[in-house]
Amino acid sequence: MNAMLKPDDGATALAADAANVTEAAPARRPRRPLAANSTARVRRQVSATVMKIIAPLVGAALLVAVWQLITVNNSTFPTPAATLAEAVKLFSDPFYRNSPNDQGIGWNLLASLQRVGVGFGLAALIGIPLGFLIGRVQFVGSMFGPIISLLKPVSPLAWLPIGLLVFKSANPAAIWSIFICSIWPMIINTAVGVQRVPQDYMNVARVLNLSEWKVLTKILLPSALPYILTGVRLSIGTAWLVIVAAEMLTGGVGIGFWLWDEWNNLNVPHIIIAIVSIGLVGLLLEQALMALARAFTYEQVSN
Amino acid sequence: MDESRFIDIEGVEMVFHTKKGVFHALREIDLKVAKGEFITLIGHSGCGKSTLLNLIAGLLQPSDGVLLCANREIAGPSPERSVVFQNHSLLPWLTCYENIYLGVERVFGKAESKAQLRERTLQALALVGLTHAETKRPNEISGGMKQRVGIARALAMEPKVLLMDEPFGALDALTRAHLQDELLKIVAATKSTVVMVTHDVDEAVLLSDRIVMMTNGPAATIGEIVEVQLDRPRDRVALAADARYMEYRTAVLEFLYRKQAHPAKEAA
Repeated sequence: MNAMLKPDDGATALAADAANVTEAAPARRPRRPLAANSTARVRRQVSATVMKIIAPLVGAALLVAVWQLITVNNSTFPTPAATLAEAVKLFSDPFYRNSPNDQGIGWNLLASLQRVGVGFGLAALIGIPLGFLIGRVQFVGSMFGPIISLLKPVSPLAWLPIGLLVFKSANPAAIWSIFICSIWPMIINTAVGVQRVPQDYMNVARVLNLSEWKVLTKILLPSALPYILTGVRLSIGTAWLVIVAAEMLTGGVGIGFWLWDEWNNLNVPHIIIAIVSIGLVGLLLEQALMALARAFTYEQVSN
Repeated sequence: MDESRFIDIEGVEMVFHTKKGVFHALREIDLKVAKGEFITLIGHSGCGKSTLLNLIAGLLQPSDGVLLCANREIAGPSPERSVVFQNHSLLPWLTCYENIYLGVERVFGKAESKAQLRERTLQALALVGLTHAETKRPNEISGGMKQRVGIARALAMEPKVLLMDEPFGALDALTRAHLQDELLKIVAATKSTVVMVTHDVDEAVLLSDRIVMMTNGPAATIGEIVEVQLDRPRDRVALAADARYMEYRTAVLEFLYRKQAHPAKEAA
């Protein structure tokens, strides 16, 4: 019996092997397209990296190359290497204080940021509630509409003399300019956001018979928030543009004044460093606010 | 109070003054809805059925005529006539629980404790079978679930009248059938008075005590009313073979496609 069984066993084992083979084959077959998929995926990832990292680096290298070319026949313009060396020196000690007019670049940037913060904060404090009123109450909207349209296109620097006259000091006058330039986008965007609250939500508010406070906190504010944050983003961008110009006029401590001071010293590397620093800070402000806006954007009902 | 005229609509006219001129939407609307009755409004699009629903809700004011609910004039929207909107209209920044709680708090907040309000909200969620979705935001749940939260929000306020504007219009057929069955159960349990706008003939026959059929606009009015005398609870599978069901269905189809051919076809 055993002898009879053995070949049988062998046969079943063989059959099992064969089954394994046939099982393995179809299992392997779909792997090929998978492998193709993975190479395609790798290719996509590579091209994404090229787009995200390599391309910007090529752009930066091109800029530096053009800059280098310009400096070849122009001795007044510093080379990229010289500027970089100067920047390393500046940023190795950004927070020194020798005299009110001789402070580290860190202090200058912080002074500018502080002015922007104060002016911008005041503008938000007044502009956002005012925007709500304008968007919600038609009479208030009609009341302020023409004034805002008239004053919005005026350069904030045109307000600087008024600031100097009223505050009799350079620092509050610069803050005043920031306040003026920041307030328009915030008023307008808030008002538009409040006006564009979907009618469905307002119908919900009416059917639920919500109090004005609940309407404000549960419907208007969350619904208008993305618009408000857009206003905030526009404002802070303009404020950062304006502070540099305002400081050039008012003097004191600040990146704008520092830049102008370095021009008076004919220190061109420092001017270039100031420009890049202003750009970097502006970029960071913008990115931070974009992240904030993304966190507060909700899917709206579609109609 | 006369329960046969719980909602009393008399001689209502609705005229809209738009930029393009005057639009006469509804004329001579007379309708009485009894307490606990389930009414559907059916008609081709643009016949003003949603306008009529918004009038009952108080979201619109009639140009002429009177609307009464429980013998009081409908002067504006009120939680006692709660609305289930076509596109659910849940607030996307609130969770399902918070969406329902908002209405509950408004209606019962003065008389009841926080724990009682919470209990009511949870009961409403349980009623539509969404206890598990309590902390989810509307964008995290399906269209059918959103509509159920909308229904729960409306029911949680214990309204005298439940108004529904094509509540299942945007859903797929299976989800729709499921929600219709659920609605039948809920209405049987709560004995709500319901006015529902629909353009689905089967839905109208399955759910209604009376089907109010509207003529084509402009100046639409109530054409015919079909009384659906089918026993409750109703079972959609059993009804599919029911002779009376087919009769009602044919009556509505007859009205919609013979007597009131689609306005687009008339124009062509």
